Amino acid sequence: MSTTTTARSAPTAVSRRGDAVFAGLATGAGLLIMLALAGVAIFLIIEGVPAISASGEQAYGKDNIVLYVWPLLFGTLLAAVIALLIATPLAIGVALVISHYAPRRVARPLGYLIDLLAAVPSVVYGLWGRAVLAPAILPAYAWLADHLGWLPFFDGPARTGRTILTAAIVLAVMALPIITAICREVFLQTPRIHEEAALALGATRWEMIRMTVFPYARSGVISAVMLGLGRALGETMAVAMVLSASGIITIDLISAENPSTIAANIALNFGNASGTKINVLIFSGLVLFVVSFAVNFLGRWIAARGQVKA
Amino acid sequence: MKSTSVRTVAAPGIVALALTFSACSAGNADDGDAASGSNDLAGQLAGGGASSQEAAQAAWIVGFQEANPDVTVTFDPIGSGGGRENFISGAFPFAGSDAYLTDDEGELTAATERCNGEAPVEIPNYVSPIALIFNVEGVDELNLAPETVAGIFAGEITEWDAPEIARDNPDADLPSAGINAVHRSDESGTTENFTHYLDVVAGGAWTAGAVEVWPEEFGGEGAQGTSGVVSAVKSGTNSIGYADASQAGGLAVANVGVGSDFVGPTADAAAKILDVSPRVEGRDDSSIVFDLDYETDEAGVYPIVLTSYLLACPTYSGDEAEAGELTKAYLTYVVSEDGQAFGAEEAGSAPLSDELRSEVSDLVEGITVE
Amino acid sequence: MSLIDERPVAATPAPAAMALVAPQIPAYAPLLAAVLATGLAALAGLLLGWSLVAVVLTAWALLVVGLPAWSAAIEGERRAKDRLVTTVVWSTFALAMVPLASLVWEVVANGHAVISAEFLTYDMRGVLGAGGGIYHALMGTLVITALATAISVPIGVLAAIYLIEYGKGNRLARTITFLVDVMTGIPSIVAGLFAFAVFTLIFGPGVRLGIGGAVALSVLMIPIVVRATEEMLKLVPEELREAAYALGVPKWRTIVKVVLPTALGGIVTGVTLAIARVAGETAPLLIIVGTTTTLNLNPFDGRMATLPVFIFSSVTTGGKYDAEQTARAWGAALVLVAIVMTLNLLARAVGRAFSPRTGR
Repeated sequence: MSTTTTARSAPTAVSRRGDAVFAGLATGAGLLIMLALAGVAIFLIIEGVPAISASGEQAYGKDNIVLYVWPLLFGTLLAAVIALLIATPLAIGVALVISHYAPRRVARPLGYLIDLLAAVPSVVYGLWGRAVLAPAILPAYAWLADHLGWLPFFDGPARTGRTILTAAIVLAVMALPIITAICREVFLQTPRIHEEAALALGATRWEMIRMTVFPYARSGVISAVMLGLGRALGETMAVAMVLSASGIITIDLISAENPSTIAANIALNFGNASGTKINVLIFSGLVLFVVSFAVNFLGRWIAARGQVKA
Repeated sequence: MKSTSVRTVAAPGIVALALTFSACSAGNADDGDAASGSNDLAGQLAGGGASSQEAAQAAWIVGFQEANPDVTVTFDPIGSGGGRENFISGAFPFAGSDAYLTDDEGELTAATERCNGEAPVEIPNYVSPIALIFNVEGVDELNLAPETVAGIFAGEITEWDAPEIARDNPDADLPSAGINAVHRSDESGTTENFTHYLDVVAGGAWTAGAVEVWPEEFGGEGAQGTSGVVSAVKSGTNSIGYADASQAGGLAVANVGVGSDFVGPTADAAAKILDVSPRVEGRDDSSIVFDLDYETDEAGVYPIVLTSYLLACPTYSGDEAEAGELTKAYLTYVVSEDGQAFGAEEAGSAPLSDELRSEVSDLVEGITVE
Repeated sequence: MSLIDERPVAATPAPAAMALVAPQIPAYAPLLAAVLATGLAALAGLLLGWSLVAVVLTAWALLVVGLPAWSAAIEGERRAKDRLVTTVVWSTFALAMVPLASLVWEVVANGHAVISAEFLTYDMRGVLGAGGGIYHALMGTLVITALATAISVPIGVLAAIYLIEYGKGNRLARTITFLVDVMTGIPSIVAGLFAFAVFTLIFGPGVRLGIGGAVALSVLMIPIVVRATEEMLKLVPEELREAAYALGVPKWRTIVKVVLPTALGGIVTGVTLAIARVAGETAPLLIIVGTTTTLNLNPFDGRMATLPVFIFSSVTTGGKYDAEQTARAWGAALVLVAIVMTLNLLARAVGRAFSPRTGR
């Protein structure tokens, strides 16, 4: 007996050390991620704080940092919210096509097509939005200004296609695959038995979807929208390349005077910035970080709550 | 198992792919054995600054590197402020700046310190007319008085057939349409010079002073960079904007009222403003800087001009000797007749007048390397 | 509304002829309606000189109104509503495809003419007008993405191993899972600012380095790798681990020799998708890497050109050679899209090749 124990003890010691090292490595990697996220916040704060006292020339002609960041934050939220208003109904429709309407054979390739939308780099969306979409959509804006001009959103005058609405449309296209992906997952998770019960009662397909799929998927859809919002808030290049920004606050979506967004503003001005202006831009990035953090947090929280309920 | 075979094939395949890509230089890169050129300059020269000079610097770099194939010059268009900052910190041996050094924020003193106590060399190297580009149906020629320009960009004059515009353009078929005034949305020396001009010339019609960032209360479409303004004017109808004349890109340009005349933004007309403008008083001999005389009524002078300067040290020593050698050679080329002509051809800048150029060249000639 | 009330059974005693089956419009009705609507709209368009957009909109409106109206007349209100929704739902899909189709078309149409051997093997040193190429940008993207992958994959995979094999839902693991979720939502430009802030504090102001871009991309890449690996490790059957333990194999060797190989296919797929995602990132590289005209393969020395930033700066620089620059931008966009799409297809192929097979 004793020989076997001693024979086994040697490899055990090695493997124990191996285990300890490996466990240490894995734990270290996990901690590193925590550290990285904390680092993002800390370094942004370190470099952003000097901006708080910036004013005048240093704050791009604004009296203080709040006056500088607020219009940008407004533009960021405006563009993202419009993008979501466009993308959400579309995404729900597309997700329904893939989960419930298309025959199973067709559904997979259709899903790939939507995933391709997510694969296109944002700078290519920017190029497309700037060179193709903006000129093409100008007549539509002119029509809106002529016929719906009494609405404050379409006050116009429509003189350029590179408006906040165009930027929002591009953002919508980019957020669409994200929302669709999550929606179709949750739609597919609807218990088969509920669906079949509804159909057996004689419900049409739409009635079945309304009575079984939607109630089941509500929290999933909401969290999908929140995540799409997070993406739209932080998207940079598409807006930077599409939008003609004046940095003002307006809800007129199709005039030549448009609010800018935080991310696009950083991208466009960073290369030429020096001194305190860099701190000012980093501070605005910190604001964006906090806002998108909050939105994502909310989205995850809703999703988690929904899972518990289900 | 099929998966194993895929794995064993994939790994070496990726490595091989990586190897074919790595360690090969670009097809047009010189192999370093070029014996052309009579001089033996070699090395790296990294400067930067005013983004207004970007196009011209790109041209000068090409011209200079053609003559000196072993030298690599880079110009980082990080903006005038960044250029001055990096020059003072010593990161750049030379810098481009739309504004000359002043002691408002201690920059002149700091730059003097950086150059071992000698006043830095400041020379104009890039003069570019700022054109008023417009895109109005049926109008090819447009005369605008300074007050009218200010009125349009301040949002006071909003229709193309307004009496102020019609008065100076009796023959033009002005449409009864709104004016889409396009301005730079980013911070820029172009905006600074343009608003400075309006501030000086337009009297009460311009109230915002000389600013680098467009005052948002005046409205109008904001566009990023010179190219943004040009493309916005091009794609919008009944629009007008201000942009470096070199980039007007086939758009019509307005003539601006000077005295009783209207002058277009040609390179010659723009270069003349340095001849009629006074030098800034009280500067060291190594500094040739101007306060532009926007109010001039000299015939044939185009007054809306952006002047950009090069900053360098009069003496480079120690660690900076090599960079100094290259800086001197590069700057010599930039202000040479060839360099100025090449810049004018490629970037549309206005070549310095012969008189000014020889003065500037002498200054560059005086740079010493120890 | 209650279904029962409207059941045909509840109607007045039916005539013998329609005892069991409610009247239906034929199965080919939607197709017929679509053809009719298109035809009518096209006719009207031709007669009145409408634009293509107007014709398409009219056709769609005719279909959305016409088919349910037909259905309502024969099948009743509920089925009409169902057909209306079906039409609308499929329309959303068609609408979502419009930008993709337009984008792919424009990129290919504008980009293909520029692509040539010279375009792919020359850099932009000494080029003012036509000519030159994207070799420097291509290599820059390759170097920076490879570095980002080299940073992200070990950290991401090890962190996922911790979460699944060691943490098992303890407090730290839950916190990390949550933070990874949050990290997936970090705007890319914020990642760029983070890298800039770090490198500025180390190297002084105005720093531009390729390695900084790799760090910024890693911030975006790590959470994707963690999530993908996590999902795959969860799929590895517990029996495999237990079998290895029972044979006396230590835990770490079990993970390295049994768990990871089993999950490898999925992990490779996830990593490939992550690479595809960051290879097209622009904003962080614009901030911390900048761009240059000359090939630079050293990520620790100054600016590097990358494809996305090359596209952006080509479009926005303007000047005398605007047309040439824009053409090069489209060419670079075509190359970038091709790379990203290839990576996506590759990821799917790898996923399929490695996916566990059932049976023989």
